[in-house]
Amino acid sequence: MSFLPLVLVLLAMCTFGYWYGSRRAMAQTDSSVRRVAVRPHQFGLYVAIWGLVPPVFLIVLWGLFQEFGSSLGPALFDQIRTIVFPVVTLLVAAGGLYVSIQKINPALKVRKTIETAVYGVLILASTLSVLTTVGIVFSLLFETIQFFDKVPLSEFFLGLEWSPQTALRADQVGSSGAFGAIPLFAGTMLITLIAMMVAVPLGLFSAVYMTEYATDRFRAIVKPILEILAGIPTVVYGFFAALTVGVFFRDVGSAIGLDVVSESALAAGVVMGMMIIPFISSLSDDIIMAVPQSLRDGSYGLGATRSETVMKVILPAALPGIVGAVLLAVSRAIGETMIVVMAAGFAANLTANPLEAVTTVTVQIVGLLVGDQEFDSAKTLAAFALALVLFVITLSLNVIALIVVRKYREKYD
Amino acid sequence: MQMLADVTTPEIEDVEAIISAKDVSVFYGDKQALNNVNLDIPANQITSLIGPSGCGKSTFLRCLNRMNDTVFGCRVEGNITLDGQDIYAPEVDEVLLRARVGMVFQKPNPFPKSIYDNVAYGPRIHGLTRDKDELDEVVLTSLEKAGLLKEVKDRLNATGTGLSGGQQQRLCIARALAVQPDIILMDEPCSALDPIATARIEELIEELRENYTIIIVTHSMQQAARISQKTAFFHMGEIVEVGDTEQLFTNPRDDRTQGYITGRFG
Repeated sequence: MSFLPLVLVLLAMCTFGYWYGSRRAMAQTDSSVRRVAVRPHQFGLYVAIWGLVPPVFLIVLWGLFQEFGSSLGPALFDQIRTIVFPVVTLLVAAGGLYVSIQKINPALKVRKTIETAVYGVLILASTLSVLTTVGIVFSLLFETIQFFDKVPLSEFFLGLEWSPQTALRADQVGSSGAFGAIPLFAGTMLITLIAMMVAVPLGLFSAVYMTEYATDRFRAIVKPILEILAGIPTVVYGFFAALTVGVFFRDVGSAIGLDVVSESALAAGVVMGMMIIPFISSLSDDIIMAVPQSLRDGSYGLGATRSETVMKVILPAALPGIVGAVLLAVSRAIGETMIVVMAAGFAANLTANPLEAVTTVTVQIVGLLVGDQEFDSAKTLAAFALALVLFVITLSLNVIALIVVRKYREKYD
Repeated sequence: MQMLADVTTPEIEDVEAIISAKDVSVFYGDKQALNNVNLDIPANQITSLIGPSGCGKSTFLRCLNRMNDTVFGCRVEGNITLDGQDIYAPEVDEVLLRARVGMVFQKPNPFPKSIYDNVAYGPRIHGLTRDKDELDEVVLTSLEKAGLLKEVKDRLNATGTGLSGGQQQRLCIARALAVQPDIILMDEPCSALDPIATARIEELIEELRENYTIIIVTHSMQQAARISQKTAFFHMGEIVEVGDTEQLFTNPRDDRTQGYITGRFG
């Protein structure tokens, strides 16, 4: 029996257990009227839990030890897999159902069992998400260690040249590969900086306008519109950057005698900034709203104007939270891929000139892994090393941001 | 004015009214919060506004420095004069008005800044001082007047929110005094404080009376009786009775006042 029918049969058995358990409990409560603390359907659930949990546990164990089982020889293993395992599982399920149905009586602490099961499910869900993160980190870690077997640490972290093409044939010229990551991180920083220069003032000012100046009705209409920006897929921003903004900057540049390439860091950064505006504005909006009204009253009561109140009381009070919001936005910008893939290009220039083409870490990761690849070449493994470093950077930014935001929260509570 | 003439006692008529409200009505959207209120505020006296919750006394107070302007959908009708000038006239700058008519709030609301910066806030935004020495002077005298200097002079750079509730409220009074107002509005300034801190504030209010006109909203009739010279009783958005404090509490003319001060309602 293969896996899917096994699961279906299990579910069917548990549904039956639920129905039968409820019925049986109903029959019993009729005869002993004074017990009403447990309702019949909870007995049903109790039976279903006993029918489901042990076999599921068995299935998970089976999944974990499959590799060990295959060492017993293919014929034997196949027999275990198709006959022994399903039969044992179903027997366990049936046993669970039978025992629990036998145990049904009004004094049974059924609600406690259900509570334990709920607790277990919740723990399992959160453990799984944490384990996923740990798993991702480890998979990055192992490949990265392999990468640094082939390429020295000093070249990766200090090298100024990035050209990851390795030779296909031994006699090929000029393709020994250079894995200096500095141009990539410099490009990432440049584009992030441009993005933040667009997003921080615009996002912050629009949040100030929304919270301090706009009437309630205006706010109710415009705020959702601003948040639509957050719902646009980044690939759309990408071609907006590549086909509209990039070309526009190039034309403006040539009109005033500047040489702007159409895949400039400026175009990618500006569009990325536009993408992040709603992120910053809605976070700062919440933070500014959390500044108590009494502080505003105090300031107005002393004869301060609205803008004086914003500059001297509200923003200073909200500053830690706003810093946290900006840091979150920075890590968002660093990790952003699609816009830069489409608008900034693949040329790994080490430059601080926003009018030239640069490339970012994420773009190179895409470039390294797209298409047919050998998974043990330095070129492919470089992607994992880049990803790990990027992950460490954004993780530390997020941690700092969370600490800052939490500290700020304590202030008014 | 007719009504006022009936009830004001001779003692108060001697004193010149610094603020005079005529037929003031206030609306929040469609809801009317005040209905044709008339009240004269005598200079250099303490006037208390009493009445049950929602009777409009705070609303009236907030009309006097146009704080209601900051509330969206609020409309004020009628006429309020300060030294004979209409404060709702189009040429009046409400920012300068609020510098002349200071306000202290129900809950102490020091800014999350140092004690010094809290008091220096007003003088700085209004450019009242020419240099640092002058500003220091203003900050110290304001703290002194608010009776807080002795307690905080060693820690002027400590944050204002770290003070106790009563100290915070005196800091807020010092902050209001630093702008050199003529009138101080107090909206239940003691309601968040314990009895000892309340006694300190009441003492302070009585001292301030010499140089300032004070209007205080309070829920405590004992407080009104202890510190004020004139009392107005608000009920359902109207002034029911106004008069000399002693007379109002010992011999009210209106049944509703009688009912409220003896605790039958409110």
